[in-house]
Amino acid sequence: MSELLALHDLGKDYDTDAGPVSVLKHLTLGINEGEFVAIMGPSGSGKSTLMNILGCLDVPTSGSYVLDGRDVGVLGDVDLARVRSEVIGFVFQGFNLLPRATLVANVALPLVYQRIGRGIRNARAATMLERVGLKDWLNSLPPRISGGQQQRVAIARALVTEPRLILADEPTGNLDTRTGREIMQLFQRINHDSGMTMVVVTHDHNVASFASRLVYLLDGRIHYDGPVDDFREEGLA
Amino acid sequence: MILSLLGEALAAMAANRLRTFLTALGILIGVAAVVLMVAIGQGTQKQVGDSIASMGSNLLIVRSGAPNKGGVHGGSGNMPTLTVMDAQAIGQLARAALVAPTVMGSVQLVYGPNNWNTTATGTSADYLNIRSWQLAAGRGFTESEAMSGVRVALIGQEVANQLFGDDNPLGKSIRVQRTPFTVIGLLDAKGQSMGGQNQDDMIIVPLATAQRQLFGSQFQGTVSMVMIQARSPEDMSPLEKSIRELLRQRHHLGVRADDDFRITNMTEVSETASQVTGMLSILLGAIASISLFVGGIGIMNIMMVSVTERTREIGIRMAIGASRRDILLQFLLESVIITMAGGIAGIAVGIGLALGVTRVFDVWTAVTAMPVLLAFGVSVAVGIFFGLYPARKASLMRPIDALRYQG
Ligand SMILES: Nc1ncnc2c1ncn2[C@@H]1O[C@H](COP(=O)(O)OP(=O)(O)O)[C@@H](O)[C@H]1O
Ligand SMILES: [Mg+2]
Repeated sequence: MSELLALHDLGKDYDTDAGPVSVLKHLTLGINEGEFVAIMGPSGSGKSTLMNILGCLDVPTSGSYVLDGRDVGVLGDVDLARVRSEVIGFVFQGFNLLPRATLVANVALPLVYQRIGRGIRNARAATMLERVGLKDWLNSLPPRISGGQQQRVAIARALVTEPRLILADEPTGNLDTRTGREIMQLFQRINHDSGMTMVVVTHDHNVASFASRLVYLLDGRIHYDGPVDDFREEGLA
Repeated sequence: MILSLLGEALAAMAANRLRTFLTALGILIGVAAVVLMVAIGQGTQKQVGDSIASMGSNLLIVRSGAPNKGGVHGGSGNMPTLTVMDAQAIGQLARAALVAPTVMGSVQLVYGPNNWNTTATGTSADYLNIRSWQLAAGRGFTESEAMSGVRVALIGQEVANQLFGDDNPLGKSIRVQRTPFTVIGLLDAKGQSMGGQNQDDMIIVPLATAQRQLFGSQFQGTVSMVMIQARSPEDMSPLEKSIRELLRQRHHLGVRADDDFRITNMTEVSETASQVTGMLSILLGAIASISLFVGGIGIMNIMMVSVTERTREIGIRMAIGASRRDILLQFLLESVIITMAGGIAGIAVGIGLALGVTRVFDVWTAVTAMPVLLAFGVSVAVGIFFGLYPARKASLMRPIDALRYQG
């Protein structure tokens, strides 16, 4: 299996009123193509910070991040945008849909920035919405549907470009347990069917059990990295 | 590629109809106000200028009566002091090209069953030349006819309408104060005078005929006014001076006596008038600029209010693959479309209002390119600046900061 991404000695500081705070410390981590990785850790341990860096939404303070053979740290605005567009699909805890655009328009949006024509865009968006079980809501607006459905739209939007890497930061955080399970099953099916690499943040062990590998963060460092089933949380958090 | 971004721009405009509408409205109002106000100002300027010019060029007018002094009218105001002989003497002056002594009065015209009250002007053959007034048909009278008392008349368009309708008036005999006159000429349409009279509602007859047969005056040989055309614009002031000296001498006025006549230099009148109307234009333009300014502030407010929402939107777009350039281009397209639409609608509304004002209030309006383009340019620049400014700021943020933006 080939390595899709590699972090080496990665650090991230935030400037606060009380001076710089180190949130990620000397992180070294590799993820292979086709892996399904769950990231866990207590609140404030740096999970979101890590995901934002993996998703090229933020940049590390030190160390290197190589994605798909490219050192992301040296890329300019246009190349970073291209990486986000072609390699990554991001799913947020808060969905981050455009509230006034229809579901089709929301899902088709990433294709706009790939210069794909309108007809193809909408067809692919519709297909993707059908795959996540929303074919009856194509022209609805996001505020009109449930949270679980909105997260499915966000997943469809992340999938529509057929990216190499899906990043999801607490995708079930705003959902009830049952809906959360359904979302995780969806991720699992996509990973299984298409071999797309998945990195999912959660603080729910049941949610994490859908993954095969677990990375546990504690205070900005990797505390555990191995099979999900071998991890015991007792004594932590 | 620009096409997909155009689609995004249009979709964003449709999704935020109220914001789009208010922005366009702000620009529309500003542009329309400038177009209308300047149109009124320039229309007035043109109207006044035209009516002064329609009196004739290089024109001096001498009237009977003392000039106004301290607001009190001279005592001899009602007594005609100018004579045909005075006019002839003025005509001898080197700088005078044409001279037209005139008398005027109300007359009743009758033709068949139709009758019509109008003004008759008795004058010399040069009158039409001084006023650059053409004939629509027929001929004018000669100088010898003017001095001989022959009963011929030139009639204005309005008079022709009232008496003859669609018939040809030439060669017909009409009664003026019961005296038969032959119509020998039809005057070109001339429109309103500066004083607001319809200059097409009058007839022109030879001076001698008017004096002897229409206005049987107790002051034989007097005229109410003399129009003089100078040879060139440079001759105006010296000619005015010579006429004053000549008339004072002919009227035997002592050194201390006031003039018993008034000379009006129409070039000066026209300069003063164009200064006043020019000021009016500037004033109206300034008032309109305030509304342009207020419109600009309105646009700024609307844009600033939506900054939070739009910053998040920009964050989302960048997170899923938009580059800084994509964002800026989309917002530029949005701003350009909204402001252009508002600006063009503003020009249309402004011109429409100007036409309406002309129709309803009988105020002249003139739309010229300069102020229209200026107002359009300013408001479009304002719209684009305030449309693009927040987008530029957001596009310079890291996507994660734009996504978290809290205003
Ligand atoms: N933009 C920021 N500025 C300053 N501190 C931040 C910022 N974002 C996160 N932090 C801090 O970094 C730490 C890790 O945050 P985060 O990565 O969101 O943790 P997690 O997602 O694991 O709960 C927290 O202590 C948080 O307060
Ligand atoms: Mg988090």
